[in-house]
Amino acid sequence: MAKIIIDRERCKGCELCTLICPQKIIVMSKSFNKKSYHPAELMNPEKCTGCAFCAMTCPDVAIEVYK
Amino acid sequence: MGVKKLMKQVFTKPKSLTDVPFTYCPGCHHGIIHRLVAEAMDDLNIAEDTIGIAPVGCAVFAYLFFECDMIVAAHGRAPAIATGIKRVKPDNIVFTYQGDGDLASIGTAEIVHAANRGEKITVIFVNNAIYGMTGGQMAPTTLEGQITQTSPYGRDSKTMGMPIRICELLSTLNSPAYIARVALTKPAYIVKAKKAIKKAFQYQLDGKGFALVEVLSTCPTSWGLSPKEANEWLNEKMIPYYPLGEFKNVEEVS
Amino acid sequence: MEERLLMKGNEAIGEAAIHAGCRYYFGYPITPQSELIAYMAKRLLKIKGATFIQAESEIAAINMVYGASAAGGRVMTSSSSPGISLKQEGISYLACAELPCVIVNIMRGGPGLGSIQPAQGDYFQATKGGGHGDYHLIVFAPSSVQELVDLTIRAFSLADKYRNPAMILGDGLLGQMMEPVQFKEFDEKNIPSKEDWALGSSHGRKPRRIVPFDLDPNELEKIVNKLGQKYQDMQKEVEYEVVNIDNPDIVIVAYGSIARIVKTTIQKAKQEGINIGLVRPITLYPFPYAAIEEVANKVDKFLVTEMSLGQMVEDVKLAVKGKSQVSFYGRTGGVVISPIEILQEVKKLLD
Repeated sequence: MAKIIIDRERCKGCELCTLICPQKIIVMSKSFNKKSYHPAELMNPEKCTGCAFCAMTCPDVAIEVYK
Repeated sequence: MGVKKLMKQVFTKPKSLTDVPFTYCPGCHHGIIHRLVAEAMDDLNIAEDTIGIAPVGCAVFAYLFFECDMIVAAHGRAPAIATGIKRVKPDNIVFTYQGDGDLASIGTAEIVHAANRGEKITVIFVNNAIYGMTGGQMAPTTLEGQITQTSPYGRDSKTMGMPIRICELLSTLNSPAYIARVALTKPAYIVKAKKAIKKAFQYQLDGKGFALVEVLSTCPTSWGLSPKEANEWLNEKMIPYYPLGEFKNVEEVS
Repeated sequence: MEERLLMKGNEAIGEAAIHAGCRYYFGYPITPQSELIAYMAKRLLKIKGATFIQAESEIAAINMVYGASAAGGRVMTSSSSPGISLKQEGISYLACAELPCVIVNIMRGGPGLGSIQPAQGDYFQATKGGGHGDYHLIVFAPSSVQELVDLTIRAFSLADKYRNPAMILGDGLLGQMMEPVQFKEFDEKNIPSKEDWALGSSHGRKPRRIVPFDLDPNELEKIVNKLGQKYQDMQKEVEYEVVNIDNPDIVIVAYGSIARIVKTTIQKAKQEGINIGLVRPITLYPFPYAAIEEVANKVDKFLVTEMSLGQMVEDVKLAVKGKSQVSFYGRTGGVVISPIEILQEVKKLLD
């Protein structure tokens, strides 16, 4: 069982986490954050393995991983 | 929260980074590199003894992001400033954080001679093949044929020279203890980059000498690509010209 | 330490710096100050914990000074005119970051590569900025080898007091001259602690940041205004010498080695019944405007002599405020003015 928490306000919507996620369970939100970016969000959280690739590639250190 | 009760945190922001959000564009690798430097400082427990030197360029704001003493350098002069600091405070850990215009163009003399003197400093060299902060001009590391504001028809090697390979150039010197080139476009690369950066600090702690890690980095904004395309461009264009690996490691040469 | 030693000017500066606790020197060879860098190498390389580096360039040298000063070191660099021009970017950064250091300029002929003979053509550069932006150095103009010693020690002290770079503005004549000197007792306990601002280990305190810029104009204006206040405070450090000022026919204003030559002129003139006074600024920044104005209230003729096309003369005119006639006599290119030349000029003005 694993989980990630994305800091929506730190996220700049670069999408690198969505590309690197082996489970392809990170998507871009339809809504905007305060910086007017579409932040990343987790879809199907039960599929998360806690591999932390998303956090490793995030240029804004916006992702925490729990396992 | 319930999450924290049930699960163990396996990844979070390193303590050696401040809470100030990065000023970099979306997808820019500076943020990843900052995190890796801060993780190395955390792992080695050196933040309170570290003095960092921010360059002129996009990373001028690095002084806001690292939770250690910091000073901002004139363009290209960080290795000279690091020399002055390290000679006064030899027990402190001193690192410079420099871009390609800063290190490989206006500051070429400073980096070559700091390396040649074997200054016991750690240099993080960010090569994104372009001048980011001034809006996308040709860098000394801009690839042949690459279009920038100041090479609008592509870099012509006949009149503009070929891109400078700093790791290879500095590896011809006797003094450096560690020189490596890394990238961040795949998880495996990021793991290797972290090891190299940590080693570059560890070598300074051990008094082994000058250590430099060149990090191939994207500049999606000035390259005119999406972050995804920028990563692909780096893999396809930069890595073949700038091969990854260790160019010098005093541990393996006896 | 009270014994008298015969020393060459350049070497006396080096010994004075070490005497004052300077343990870090970064420089690049250039005539006519090369004896100074050689002296620092000879001495500092034998002192444990001290650093001497022959830098790859003048630019690197001044930036090593910037780093060493930021880390709390008592630090010096030296050069001569073209080399000082190369250092200007770093000097501007030092001023903005409020980092103390001593910079020695043993002036030679300019502009360009100029000559290697003595000159005073860097007055504007030294006193009015030199690099970009609003800033000033504390500038000393020694006139003897003893003053090279005393003012070098004072330059370190004032640099620390104001957290500002200080400059010794000498010339090739002073640098090459040999004279007996004495070193007064110096207690290194008088060097102020830099623990409250210098970079280092941050155990038990917040990390420090030395940042010579601010992109917010209102914030940068605050930084510059703070510097401006500091330059106002520095005015009280003004130093000058007056000679024969009671009832002179004419007053000469000169600094550095030219002021020595004027003293010879004063003796020669006396024999001919001409009474010449001298005002010799010892600090060029701050400049002794008030002292010169006071003289202008009593004397109606001034002559400014410099080894330049006329630079300090502008400050003398500002000081005199039109109350007296201010004339200028100068030689350039490395030509040293002779006492006789100055006397002839005085006679012309008195006719």
